[in-house]
Amino acid sequence: MNSIVCLKEVPDTETRIEVRDGKVAEEGIQYVVNPYDEFALEEALKWQEELGGKVTMVTLGPERARESILKGLAMGADEVYHLADEAFLGGDAYTTAKALAAAIEKIGDYDVIFCGKQAVDADNHAVGIMLAELLDLPHVAVVSRLEIAESGDCAKAERDIEGGREVVELPLPAVITAQKGLNEPRYPSFRGIRQARRKPFTLWGVDDVGLDAGEVGTAGAKLEVIEVTPPPSRPPGRIVEGEPADAAKEVARLLREEAKVI
Amino acid sequence: MANNVLVIAEQRDGVLKKAAFEMLGVASELAAALGGTAQAALLGHGLTGLPETLAQYGATTVYVADDEGLDRYSAEGYTDTLADLVGKAEPAIVLVGATAMGKDLGPRLAARLGVGLASDCTALEIEDGRLLATRPIFAGKALAKVKLNADPQMATVRPNVLAAPEPDAGATATVEPVAALTDNVRATVVDIVGAGEGEIDVAEAEIIVSGGRGVGGPEGFAPVSSLAKTLGAAVGASRAAVDAGWIEHSHQVGQTGKTVTPNLYVACGISGAIQHLAGMKTSKVIVAVNKDPEAPIFNVANYGIVGDLFEVVPLLEKELQALLAE
Repeated sequence: MNSIVCLKEVPDTETRIEVRDGKVAEEGIQYVVNPYDEFALEEALKWQEELGGKVTMVTLGPERARESILKGLAMGADEVYHLADEAFLGGDAYTTAKALAAAIEKIGDYDVIFCGKQAVDADNHAVGIMLAELLDLPHVAVVSRLEIAESGDCAKAERDIEGGREVVELPLPAVITAQKGLNEPRYPSFRGIRQARRKPFTLWGVDDVGLDAGEVGTAGAKLEVIEVTPPPSRPPGRIVEGEPADAAKEVARLLREEAKVI
Repeated sequence: MANNVLVIAEQRDGVLKKAAFEMLGVASELAAALGGTAQAALLGHGLTGLPETLAQYGATTVYVADDEGLDRYSAEGYTDTLADLVGKAEPAIVLVGATAMGKDLGPRLAARLGVGLASDCTALEIEDGRLLATRPIFAGKALAKVKLNADPQMATVRPNVLAAPEPDAGATATVEPVAALTDNVRATVVDIVGAGEGEIDVAEAEIIVSGGRGVGGPEGFAPVSSLAKTLGAAVGASRAAVDAGWIEHSHQVGQTGKTVTPNLYVACGISGAIQHLAGMKTSKVIVAVNKDPEAPIFNVANYGIVGDLFEVVPLLEKELQALLAE
């Protein structure tokens, strides 16, 4: 069973995001593999151990992303295709899905495409699902449990919904987007880290995947970011002093009389 | 015709989601600015009475696809049906709730239509005849204002942020049946299983009581859960508590959990890591209980109590219980 895993490099969730001149300031940001993509990769590796086959990663992002993506190779993926062409950058979920779809069609020979349910920077929650549509594949998103038949022909997935989970059956090939809880991503071993730099790492430009520069990245994007602003700051809060019993009583009173939420 | 705003109204088991009403409110405003009207699309099976309710919240036309094959949501069946409807109705804007269903449907429908998607928007307005949407990015650490350059303009809208309009009991809508296209569904929902019976999901809750590292273990959630029960609230958790295995991930609030906007958020034993604050900072009122007076959670809390949660939270519950009993 061959898997393709889509990975994105994102700012670490502990990073403070500074907004300057209507944009997110890039300096001081520590980049990591998108946490949900790590669940996607772990799932692919888990099923590789079970059913054999190959795990191929695809990533779209600047050259800088190479360092983060090496972690995926160190965890055990077999090879990576990096869409690092300037023309791919600055797009939206649609152009990203389009570029990934073109790359994946070229790679071919896959049974499952794994993605994270969303990237924690743009928070679109869209690329994996759009990818399924563009490749005319079924999908299950926000998957917290997955079973793949030994034949590799079909799968059963549980996806998180409000207050429960949907159990979905589907034929393969398909797109699965990973939710936290699906698995516990492994740490790269020392051996894995040593081997990572020797694994195939292919850079692809727009020509390589058969697209025009105008269809992808900023030029092809259907969503235009007009401006980025910091979130409105909250009014300064207050500490309610006093003995615990008095403080509790006062907060209860404030919630009813001042905030009017109780 | 392309001045109307179409709201995909979600229902589960014959009950409309509140998000549909909230979106109809903003849809009416957007449509007025464009010289059109608010419309709704309703998919499912056994939908008697629901179009009338949507009319009361502002829909002038309700497109109804009532079919056994749409009884349970499927991304493909819903996308096929809605793509066909959108092609015929030609709305200027399509709004979908950023619920579990809408976050699944929106991207698939947008890709089918070959248009962009503004995800999880918290404000929508019309500027120069085009939709201008505000959406949190980095889980709310920043806000992006975006425009879409393809038609229809599609957005998913975060539930619980926009106010639903007062229903107008006298309002009526044209009900138009539309074809259900369910022949090409490959991924099928075969069952729906509950995470916990009767539990309220943090994503839908008006009040959330959350526990963090300070609860110290799974049993430490007892006072948190007890207060939640008293308030009819959902139980939330920080990443620290989830990663420690004290509570299921479905409760996690923050950048790798759920982003929430309840009326009241009570943080118990949560220090307020950046990734947690990002997920709950837009709550209308925040109460924090923490031993550490320097905890960053106090910077965002409207009301803070410095103290041991195991002492303070039960006291708070007692006081609130007394108020609720009045």
